[in-house]
Amino acid sequence: MTAFAVESSGLTKRFGRQVAVDAVDLAVPRGTVYGFLGPNGSGKTTTIRMLLGLIRPTDGGHALLGERMPAGAARVLPKVGALVEGPGFHPYLSGIDNLRRLDAADRTADRKNADARIRSALDRVGLGAAARKRYRAYSLGMRQRLALAAAILAPRDLLILDEPTNGLDPQGTREVRALIAALAAEGSTVLLSTHLLSEVEQICGHVGVMHQGKLVAQSTLADLRAEATPRVRVTTDRPHDAARVLRELGLTDVVTGGVEAAGVLGPIAPEKVVAALVHDGVPVRGFGVVAPDLEELFVGLTGEGFDVSG
Amino acid sequence: MSAVDAPAFFVSELRLVSRRRRNQAGLAVLAAVPIIIAVAMKVAAPSSSSSSQGPEFFGSITSNGYFVALAALAVEIQLLLPIAVATIAGDSVAGEANQGTLRYLLTVPVDRTRLLAVKFAAIVVGAFVATMTVATAGLLAGWALFGAGPVTLLSGSQASVGGSLLRLLAMCAYLTVCLAALGAIGLFVSTLTEQPMGATIAITIIAVTSWVLGAVPQLDWLHPYLLTNSWTAFGELMRSPIAWEPLRDGLLSAAAYMLIFLSAAWARFTTADVSS
Ligand SMILES: Nc1ncnc2c1ncn2[C@@H]1O[C@H](COP(=O)(O)OP(=O)(O)O)[C@@H](O)[C@H]1O
Ligand SMILES: [Mg+2]
Repeated sequence: MTAFAVESSGLTKRFGRQVAVDAVDLAVPRGTVYGFLGPNGSGKTTTIRMLLGLIRPTDGGHALLGERMPAGAARVLPKVGALVEGPGFHPYLSGIDNLRRLDAADRTADRKNADARIRSALDRVGLGAAARKRYRAYSLGMRQRLALAAAILAPRDLLILDEPTNGLDPQGTREVRALIAALAAEGSTVLLSTHLLSEVEQICGHVGVMHQGKLVAQSTLADLRAEATPRVRVTTDRPHDAARVLRELGLTDVVTGGVEAAGVLGPIAPEKVVAALVHDGVPVRGFGVVAPDLEELFVGLTGEGFDVSG
Repeated sequence: MSAVDAPAFFVSELRLVSRRRRNQAGLAVLAAVPIIIAVAMKVAAPSSSSSSQGPEFFGSITSNGYFVALAALAVEIQLLLPIAVATIAGDSVAGEANQGTLRYLLTVPVDRTRLLAVKFAAIVVGAFVATMTVATAGLLAGWALFGAGPVTLLSGSQASVGGSLLRLLAMCAYLTVCLAALGAIGLFVSTLTEQPMGATIAITIIAVTSWVLGAVPQLDWLHPYLLTNSWTAFGELMRSPIAWEPLRDGLLSAAAYMLIFLSAAWARFTTADVSS
């Protein structure tokens, strides 16, 4: 048994000229909730489609739960629950009939307890009461829940969930996040794609950051935070003098704005900065050392915020 | 275990096709045609001697209700039965792609070859049900308005009621094979698009074009290769002895079409990117 639930090397997908996914080396350790984070259009869904064997990589390869894909698809996919690019169901069938159909298609499913498994999946996502409604009458949130129910129809070792909280209200979002945490606690590895940083911060232990098709960072959330170097922020009515002092001390990335100067601290002790400022006669009104939050880290990694990349 | 489980998906597929309102309405239309034919003949025909005019079998209707079924099959095989098959076939893969259910079936996982096999089997069942619906509605309407009885065959001899029903069943089976060839083309077309309606229209156009080309005498060199060339040969089953040769040609032609287009569907679908 390999240590990784998802492992890819050089996974690449080109659509014509566009490189949608560019040599991605994913390593999702077993037993973790891995946040697959990136702005819209960064290649998350395309990567997930390749992982599940829906589309062929232009280059590279991958394994799920230690099985090479797509050769091992018939063996490994029954152990993988998936939600890809939103829900997809037959509109004129009820929620429960849609699940019955998916279960009937699964050769490995145990027919004897099908009803019980379908019921419990519906209950777990909070759709028990709406099970017999036609899918076309479902709200977006209910549809998303049904897709989640389909992903947990059978016990899964790996869940690949593409933006599972899309379209849910805040209450629904909380419930789904709690459900994911519970599934992880039961031993499933979860690969959770999202464009929401807060989602990663709340429920993920690992994170991989996608940007324009490339995996620009991959580590535990703790390591990523530790890597982040703190910044100092000086409030003064002579910000340009303050900035000069900061530069002379060797701080990088020094910027000024309004009544502030700021820079990346690096290995320099903050008290030395204050002393130098005072020594040069810069009137210091306020001084702070701030560790960047993940948002800033993310901007640092991608050079931009959550803009849609083409 | 798989031998026991394999039908579960097929049964689910049949249920999906049969429970669709649109398909139920289509079946009702197919059944309405022979009823209309029977009523129209009843209203219009004290003169039972007009047997030289009109399409095959119409002339015999007033003498035996059995021929309503045959006349209805002869009429509906021209357009309505092909449309019925085109509807199911066009929807088969493109419909699942369009609704996003295809990606979830494939991740269950359903092997792509197995998916095509189940889809094609459902198309064939659909074709058989459609044909049988026409025949049954025709038989019931005809018997009700013109009575039942031994059937005079095209060669003049008589067939018992039981014997004539067997012949009718054989005609439905033969037409099902013919329509299955169209279904194979339809399955292939359905793997090319995510628009089920577009696929259905394209398949219908293929059938109609084949009929049209078959009606142009200058193209007689082409006729043996046309999809619909031997479809009307089902009437040969009304001879005694049965003229097997045209039927055999029809079956061989259908088999060739199925071989080619099922292979094409397989080659296309097993390598296609599913990005719907
Ligand atoms: N089937 C396709 N054909 C062409 N381009 C595609 C296709 N699927 C995705 N893309 C492009 O690939 C890029 C990545 O898309 P996607 O993987 O959906 O991003 P994300 O899921 O991170 O929002 C986008 O620019 C998108 O337009
Ligand atoms: Mg996406």
